[in-house]
Parts: sequence; C-alpha cells; structure tokens
Amino acid sequence: MQEVKSKVTSWLIPIGAVIAALALGAIMLLALGAEPLSGYATMFGAAFGNLKGLSATAMKSIPLLLVGVGICISFRANVINIGGEGQMVMGALWATITALSFPHLDSLMLVPLVLLMGILGGAVWGAIPGALKAYFNVSEILSTIMLNIVAVQIMNYLLRGVLIDPGEIERGTRIPQTARLPETSDLPLLFEGLRVHLGFVIALLAAFAVWVLLWRTALGFKLRSVGLSREAARYAGIPVKRSIITALALSGAMAGLAGAILVFGSESHRMVTDGSSTGFTGSAGFNGIVVALFAGLHPLWSIPSSLLFGGMLVGANALQRAAQVPSALVIALNGLIVVFVVSSEFFRRKLQQHHSARQAIEEDSRLTEENVGS
Amino acid sequence: MEQKTAPVLEMRNITKRFPGVIANDNISLTLHRGEVHSLLGENGAGKSTLMNILYGLQQPDSGGIWMHGKPVRLQSPADAIKHGIGMIHQHFMLVPSLTVAENVALGLRSKRHPLTNLKTVAHRIQELSEKYRLQVDPNAYVWQLAVGERQRVEIIKALYRDASILILDEPTAVLTPPEVDDLFVTFQQMAANGRSMIFISHKLHEVLQLSDRITVLRHGRITGETFPQETDRRQLAQMMVGREVQMAPNKSEVRPGSVMLDIEGLFAPGDRGGDAVRNLRLQVKSGEIVGIAGVSGNGQRELAEAISGLRKPRAGKVQINGTVLRTSCPKSARKAGLAYVPEERMRDGAIGDFNIKENLILLDHGDTKFCRPSGMLRFAKIKEHCNRLVDEFNVKTPDLETPTKHLSGGNIQKLILARELSGNPKVLIAAQPTRGVDIGAAEYIHKRLADERTRGTATVVISEDLDEIMALSDRIAVMYEGEIMGIVERDNASREEIGLMMAGVQRLNAA
Ligand SMILES: Nc1ncnc2c1ncn2[C@@H]1O[C@H](COP(=O)(O)OP(=O)(O)OP(=O)(O)O)[C@@H](O)[C@H]1O
Ligand SMILES: [Mg+2]
Repeated sequence: MQEVKSKVTSWLIPIGAVIAALALGAIMLLALGAEPLSGYATMFGAAFGNLKGLSATAMKSIPLLLVGVGICISFRANVINIGGEGQMVMGALWATITALSFPHLDSLMLVPLVLLMGILGGAVWGAIPGALKAYFNVSEILSTIMLNIVAVQIMNYLLRGVLIDPGEIERGTRIPQTARLPETSDLPLLFEGLRVHLGFVIALLAAFAVWVLLWRTALGFKLRSVGLSREAARYAGIPVKRSIITALALSGAMAGLAGAILVFGSESHRMVTDGSSTGFTGSAGFNGIVVALFAGLHPLWSIPSSLLFGGMLVGANALQRAAQVPSALVIALNGLIVVFVVSSEFFRRKLQQHHSARQAIEEDSRLTEENVGS
Repeated sequence: MEQKTAPVLEMRNITKRFPGVIANDNISLTLHRGEVHSLLGENGAGKSTLMNILYGLQQPDSGGIWMHGKPVRLQSPADAIKHGIGMIHQHFMLVPSLTVAENVALGLRSKRHPLTNLKTVAHRIQELSEKYRLQVDPNAYVWQLAVGERQRVEIIKALYRDASILILDEPTAVLTPPEVDDLFVTFQQMAANGRSMIFISHKLHEVLQLSDRITVLRHGRITGETFPQETDRRQLAQMMVGREVQMAPNKSEVRPGSVMLDIEGLFAPGDRGGDAVRNLRLQVKSGEIVGIAGVSGNGQRELAEAISGLRKPRAGKVQINGTVLRTSCPKSARKAGLAYVPEERMRDGAIGDFNIKENLILLDHGDTKFCRPSGMLRFAKIKEHCNRLVDEFNVKTPDLETPTKHLSGGNIQKLILARELSGNPKVLIAAQPTRGVDIGAAEYIHKRLADERTRGTATVVISEDLDEIMALSDRIAVMYEGEIMGIVERDNASREEIGLMMAGVQRLNAA
C-alpha cells in the first residue's frame, strides 16, 4: 500500500513541478503584456499540436537527449560534466573534418564513419578533464568549463581558416562556415516532408544503450559504485581512477555524437560558427544537464524529459513570433522547473513525516482517552 | 529500581512497519529516573528502530510516547533534544572534517547566534570530560580520532545538550574492554545523577553488569523482561535466540601449510602523521589463524589497510602466496587472493545506496560466472548466488532489492562477511568480525572462520575481544604502538602475559 502511494507521488512530482513553473510563467507572461492562456496554447500547439510541430520538437530534443544521457553516466559516477558544449563542438569538428576528407565514400560508409568520429571527438574532450581529475585531482567542474572555451576557440580558428568554404573566400564574404558537406553524409529523413531525421532514432537508441550500460553491464556497475562510494569501490578493487576517466569519456562521447548529428542533420549541411558555442549548440550542452536532472538521472526518463524541454524551445519560438515575447522566457521556465523539482522532493519528505506524525498523534489521543476511561 | 514516581518515559504500543517487515510490533517500554534499561535482541529485532522513533528520527505507524505522564510529540531530533533526549547512534554521526568542538557545537544555538563561540564550547567540553572522565581533545579533528575517542565525543555531545535520557545504541561495540570499563563508570555516575539510559548491546556480560532492567525483543515483539539479579548469560542467550549458543567453535586438527601471507619490515603512516605501524614482520601459514590482540589504536587498522592496499606503506613489503603486492593498490591484493573484512564497515565495506544483491557482487561482478564476455551481467546466476549467501549467513532482509542502508547494523556486517568469504580467499583479514552481530550470528561467523581454516585459508583476526581471539586463534600476536610485542602459541598463552604485552610492559623476543 505504502509502496503504491510512493510510486504515485514520484510520478506526480515532476508533473506538479511543471505545472507550478507554468503558473509562475503565466505571471511573467502577464507582466510582459501577453495573455497567458492563449500564450501557452500557442506554445503547446506549436510544439505538440501538429506533425510539423512534433517533428520540430523531436529535432530540438535530439541533442538534449544525447547530452542528457551522457550526463546520466557521469553524474551517476559522481563526476560533474559541465563540458557538454565543448564536447559537442569537438565531436562536430572531428566529424566535419572526416566528411570533408572522404567526400567520395557512399552513404552507408560515410554516415556511420562521421558519427563514430563525432563520438570519438567528444570522448577525447571528455577524457582529458577525466584524466586531470584522476591523476592530478583537478576539479572537473573547472576543467570542463575551461575546455568549453578552448573548443570554441579551436572551432572559430578552423572555420575561419583551413575549413572555410573556398567560395566564401572567392566572394570575399568570409562567413566562417564550411562548404556544403558531401551529400552522402546527410542524415536520411524519417518521413517525407518532415525535417526529423535518423538522428532522432539514434538518440532514442543511445538512451536505451546507456540504460543497458548503467544497469545491465559490469562496467556500469563499476561506474555506479564509484559514484556512490569511492572508498568502498576502491576497497573492492574497482579501479577508481580509470572509472572516473571512463565516465567522463562516455559522457563526452554522447555529447560528441550530439554535435555530429547537429551538423549532418542541419538544414544547411554545413558547420557554421557565430563565434560562440551556443550559436552552434543552442546551449544543448547545458540544457542537457537540466534534462537529465529532471529525469532523475535515468536515461529512459530522459526521453520524455528531452521532449518536454525540446517542445518548450519550439513553443517559445512560436510565442515570440506570435506575441513578441522574448524567447528568453523559456530559459526562465527551464530554471523554474528545476527549482520546483528540487524543492518538491523536499516537500515530499516533509509531507511523509507530517503524515506519520499525525497518525501518531491521533493514536496518542485515542490511547490517552482509553487510559483516562479505564 | 523501585518505582517512585511516574516514569520519565513511556513508549506505548509502538508499531512500525517497513516494506516487508514489521520492525516494531506493539511495543511498550518504560524508563524510570536514574534507571539503566537494556534492550536485548537478535540483529534486526527492531531495537534501533524503536530508538530512532524515540529520538524523532522516525515516526511510528501507531502508538505514542509519554514523558513524565504527559504525551509528547517527537517529530524530529530537535524535538527530542528539547525534551532532554540524547542519542548515541550505532553508526557515528560526527562530521569527520570538523573538530571535536565544532561537532559538539553543530546544531546548537550559541548566545551570540549566529556566531558560535568555539572557545566556550571547548572549555565546557573540557569540564564535562573531567567530570565524567571522558578524555577528549576538543581541538582535534574527528577524522584523526580512533573509534574509542569518537564514541566519547558522541557521549560528550549528548551531555553538552544536557540530556536527561540517553539512548545508547551499541555504544560499546567498538570499544576495548578497558574503555568499556571506563565508560561504565561514566554511565553509573550519570545514573547516580538522575539521568536515565536505554542501553543496547549484544554483549551479555555488559548487559548484566550495567542494567537495572532487561527487555528482550524478538522479531519486533517484546518476548521477555527480566532483572540482572534473576538471570544469567545462558538464560539471556536462550531468551534472545531461542536455543543454546556455543561461543568457541570446534576446530579440527589442521596442520598449517606453506606461508601464504608474508609481511616484512612494514612501516605504515598513521592519520595524524608519524608511523602507526613500525617495522612489522608477520608470517601466516595456510590453515592457520593468527589473532592480533591489542588495545585499539595501536596500529591494527593501519596494518590491515596497508596489507589490503588502502593505505600506502612507507616501507616494507607484503607478499600473498608468493606475489609481492603493489603498494596502495587494492586491486592487486584482491587479485592475489585477499579477502578483507574492514573495520569501517559503513565507509569501506558496503555501499549504503546499493541494494543487497549489488553489494554482494561488489568483488566479483567481473568474473566469468557473473559476467558474459560482452560485459553484460548474468542476473539469473547473480540472484542464485546472492540468495544462497543471504540464506547461509542468515542476513535478515525482505528481499535482495532492499537498499543495504535499510538493513540493521548486524545484518550489514553479516552481508560483508558473506561476500568476503564467498570468494575462496587465500588470505583473509578480518577486523572485528563479530562487531555488532548477535550471539547467534557470532557463533556462526566463528564456525565459518574455523571452516576457512580447515579449507586452508591463512587468516588474520583482529579483535579487541580477547575471548574471541582466544577462541579462534592458533597463534596470538600482540600489537602495541605499531609493533608486535610478541607472538605466542594459543595453547601456551596466558591472559596475564598477553595483558602485559598489550600494555607495552613486556616484550617477547622469541618471536
Ligand atoms: N529505513 C528502513 N527501511 C526499511 N527497512 C528498515 C529500515 N530500518 C530498519 N528496517 C528493517 O527493520 C528491521 C529492524 O531493524 P533494526 O535496525 O531496528 O534492528 P536492530 O534490532 O537494531 O538490529 P542490530 O542488532 O543488527 O542493529 C530490520 O529487518 C531492518 O531491515
Ligand atoms: Mg541496531
């Protein structure tokens, strides 16, 4: 009975948190001079109301989901990876360079190859802070953030230099972007007329694979034990240092894959920079953390979580077009949801305590009465 | 204790259920002023749960608590402290990175809130420690303290909050006999000052020595109440376990084989700097149990940690079955065939958030029997293995998926032993193997250690309990200030001689 009750509450918490965040968001909408109900209707309609919207939502959710499941790995091993942005960029760069180097490979060869290179690029960029932490005890929070900056500089340097589209130089426009990547590296579309492509299926498979990794394999077992207790893991002969590096490398691999998919699933089929990392990633390297936390660091729960946050991005854009509400509102909403999830966990505990305490008191007075009566 | 006034504390009809178990089933308990009331019961009988309820850590499903005849609500430890209840937990609740004074001040409001005046706190600690003969250094960091000292800090913490009711959940489990004697003097003094205590211990002689009244729990129910002058150890054991218990295992004739564990010139640093283990030499043969006796804090823990690779030795070498172990590499020790039951079972021995199954395969999840070449775990095999271990060692749990932190203290210890012994080790280091387990389980653990000896394991048993050492060992090595004062054959050992060596008064050169 108690079991069932706690199952239900664990379901209700995230939903309650979303509703609470939306309620606060409504006030913000009012303050911005928009009608909240119709605003939200616009948002949800745009994100989930029709096939085109669903396709756009799925597209937005791909990098969020991949980064998110990567975060599940590293956070479960108790390593904090804030380097999703840089790992996405590096994965994208490795994949782009590979595609430009082998333009004549056919699609069956080239697509897997570039995705693999994306995975590798991200993994290396994750393994570096992993090794720094394992061997020199450098905080991974700092090193991953710094490597984000380094990755962006490398991207800008390459896209303005060797990787730049020769046409940009001829025309003298010098937009820092690559040439149109070989068509054989394009990610195939899933449905005629919709933009959603193979990347979505890959992301879903990755989420499932990470779930298998964490709960069904010896490696995942090691990572989780290191995450829960370094002392006990070490005592049991589990290589703690290697596990830390592995966790960050795998986490980076997922982000790198996300970066590669962004490039080869983009409409322009080029890698472009506006000088910042968010210009390329859409902040998925950070928002993926939110997705994973919202999903309770569970890879499969990350799927609906990423769709929700992806949908909010799509909806916010629609709202901006319809009502001139700054799409930064969605960032505020993201933050509110996280705050509410975290605090609702707190309330749940309080509630439980209160519940049993009240029972005790009732029992108390009953017993007292009996005592007085006798 | 004659009943003078209303009891200071009454717990009435307390029931508490957890998924799969009724931890407390309609329990009523009273406590009078100045009384020491002991709770006795098997591992998992529900003692700690009842005490957690009294301390406001858990809420009963039904039942209530009265103090001085009035119902009280204890919804949190803060409420309990307000009502003058203090608790010494089965597992330490101190923050290792803070000093003693800081730990005591933690959660207290000083007069100059929010500033705390650590000087005053330290001063008061000094006073209390003199009054109750509890020696502690207020400025030492908790992580530097030996378990005995930590225990004293816990007690000072409760005294500092002026607790008139003290819950003592296995306070002696981690202490040496002389430390226990000192502590009992303190407790008696506290009782004479009108403080009341609920005392939990698995050591029957302690219960007989200290209590005014004894209540026995079994499977969450009260099964008996008695007074120390009306009972004895055998009868108490019978009441607890429901059968006769035999403490010394029958040991078969085993001729020790070749040297399995060879320690030479080992120096290991202590937590507070300096060498905790000094120039130690010890050989243990296959089929032999060497007991390491000594007052805790004389380098036993550091020795075990240096052997197992958890602590980096400063010099010296350790060989298992002829392989020289890499220093500071637990993995190489494990590979060479070492099993280790650590002293710090909650920190090193088990992962609280892992379930029972996961903790049982912590060592050998990578073995081919549990892991396919693809890296996928074989859950059917694992389940079978774990069910067997849980049965064999009588780990009391609703199922294998229960988080380990929800087990009772003694059952966690049984779980660790089950795992360590399941891998057919060549060398076994068992630090305080029966700490916190009930007498029935202790009997079984002793039997298993004797079985390991028959199987040919080279075993080192570290224990502060001389009876345990005497019951198990073939040879006894006495440690004092990081050195081995002497090694004696069990059959020629006298307690006096061992006692003198433990005190550092006498040294045997023959060894
Ligand atoms: N938080 C919890 N969740 C689920 N089960 C629990 C929890 N706490 C205790 N239990 C269960 O309740 C029972 C009683 O446990 P308790 O810790 O009170 O035993 P105990 O008498 O103190 O044993 P020990 O002598 O080993 O310390 C055990 O079966 C234990 O597994
Ligand atoms: Mg207990």
